[in-house]
Amino acid sequence: MSRVEHASRSSRVGVALAGFGLAALAMAPLWADRATLRLLAEMFTYVALASLWNLLAGYAGLVSVGQQAFVGLGGYLLFALGIQFGVPPLAAVLVAGPVAALVSIPVALLIFRLRGAYFAIGTWVMAEVFRLMASQIAALGGGSGISLPASLVLAMAPTRQWRELEIYWLALALAVAVLVAIFVLLRSRHGLALTAVRDNELAAQSSGIDVRRLKFAVYVLTAFGTAMIGALIFLMKLRISPDTAFSVNDWTAFVIFIVVIGGIGRIEGPIIGTIVFFLLRQTLADLGSLYLMMMGTVAIAVMLAAPKGIWGLIVERLGWQMLPLQRRLVLEPSGKARAR
Amino acid sequence: MTEWLNVVVQGVLTGGLYAMFAVGLSLIFGVMRLVNIAHGDLIVLAAYVSLMVTQALGVDPLTSLVLVVPIMALVGYALQRGLLNFTLGEDLLPPLLVTFGLSVIIQNGLLELFTADSRKLQAGAIEVLTAQLMPGVWVGYLPLVQFAVAILVIAALQVLFYKTALGRAFRATSDDQPVAQLMGLNTRHVFALAMALSLAVVAIAGVFLAVRSNFDPAIGPARLIFGFEAVIIGGLGNMWGTLAGGVILGVAQAIGAELDPGWQLLAGHIAFLVILALRPQGLFPKVSG
Repeated sequence: MSRVEHASRSSRVGVALAGFGLAALAMAPLWADRATLRLLAEMFTYVALASLWNLLAGYAGLVSVGQQAFVGLGGYLLFALGIQFGVPPLAAVLVAGPVAALVSIPVALLIFRLRGAYFAIGTWVMAEVFRLMASQIAALGGGSGISLPASLVLAMAPTRQWRELEIYWLALALAVAVLVAIFVLLRSRHGLALTAVRDNELAAQSSGIDVRRLKFAVYVLTAFGTAMIGALIFLMKLRISPDTAFSVNDWTAFVIFIVVIGGIGRIEGPIIGTIVFFLLRQTLADLGSLYLMMMGTVAIAVMLAAPKGIWGLIVERLGWQMLPLQRRLVLEPSGKARAR
Repeated sequence: MTEWLNVVVQGVLTGGLYAMFAVGLSLIFGVMRLVNIAHGDLIVLAAYVSLMVTQALGVDPLTSLVLVVPIMALVGYALQRGLLNFTLGEDLLPPLLVTFGLSVIIQNGLLELFTADSRKLQAGAIEVLTAQLMPGVWVGYLPLVQFAVAILVIAALQVLFYKTALGRAFRATSDDQPVAQLMGLNTRHVFALAMALSLAVVAIAGVFLAVRSNFDPAIGPARLIFGFEAVIIGGLGNMWGTLAGGVILGVAQAIGAELDPGWQLLAGHIAFLVILALRPQGLFPKVSG
């Protein structure tokens, strides 16, 4: 008899460490000051965005440089629902997901006609179309943008401190939800199919996987998550404009940098990448455009020298896995098996 | 009526510029299946190189092409041999991400060197000369020259591709890289020549862009998108189709701008999406994939 085992010793340690880390982060308001909490919340949004992009590009092979379309869409949904219909911001963050998933279906039908690298630029055109349309909506401030009305913000919580805590925990909860959702997806039958597509699309297809349908589903799911994170990001900023909402630098270039550095096609990669990205940013951001040039150079160097990123190197050298995702066939010694 | 005719004529002439953005992109995709995300930023780089040449030598922008074209071709050759050749393979992620990184580097490098100020190249008297096409329809000399140059560039590329040994090498590498290599072609060199040629066209496009309108370090990505749209509208692999794609894009933008200035870019994107929806292989396709 044989069975499939997921866990290894390193993954048991990894899960325990993740549990401790999560508990510490959930209790962060006890040990961290306001600025640290803000920074952590921003990091959570980048972990989530990067994990979603990693699912899209690293597993499904859909390299998008236009995910800012859904970040911006989520942000604008938060403002539109709040200003036009008085929807409370926290509810609007949750509503943004399903609405964006609906929007992403016709978008996917169109851009899935483009193959490979041209798909990437097609996603960018879509993000541009979204940006130009947003700047045409006078009720949401047109090209110059708009602030979230104070009445909506004040109604969120009795004090400013509580409001900030609410946003912090929401950011943590959403990031964990995105990671758990991706983990569950990868552990499922579809995850096995997705990993097969990652490793060899042609072989996956000839094993009976409906690659196109799988990619379509991943695209829509990613839009769902990305828009919720987008709404959260602009709830933290309290102001939105077409240029910030649909920024290719903030929501795509940085995210790609994070995933490439951390390790593409691995669930742990975006977490490692986000930590590295924020360490660099906290120390070097004063350099401005020089800092961005360095970032581009590092990303190119990693892509050429270690295309699997930091986590890829760790896996290669030490065979660690933080989360029990690997599938190993364990042959159990029964009479027949021993005889062979 | 003549007002609209005017709009269409201006759109057609702008389309020539978009076609020049596009053929460089289409050429390297044809030869090595590489989509260069930094293409638009290289166009802007060419504009700045021309700015430096005109300032240093006091020549007018069109004369500066004598230097800008070989400089950009060299940049292209070096870029391909020194960097992009290492990214080519089965996986499409490395070339995409490396050219994306390159785009970030070029944009911020230009920002560091030239600030975010908007620039324009002065071409002198030719900028204000106009000819009357018919009563009420006037066209500038410069847009006419630019359109004529676009046609010349495409015709020259066509001849190069189908009548010369280099063109044969390009087509052979495009059809089957391993076999081309077995036949004694150094594909690394062939790829680098294709990139050099692509950036020579980029140089011409960049100089005309800089003479026609203001430019700053951040406008590259939009040029990439215009070029890409022209390629897809026209159909992959067909250079004259790409010219048609550029013209359609230019006319759509001109009509959009006439309706409402805010609609200029949106109208172009919508024309692209409509064609993608109705005829995803483009209007005049030649090769698939």
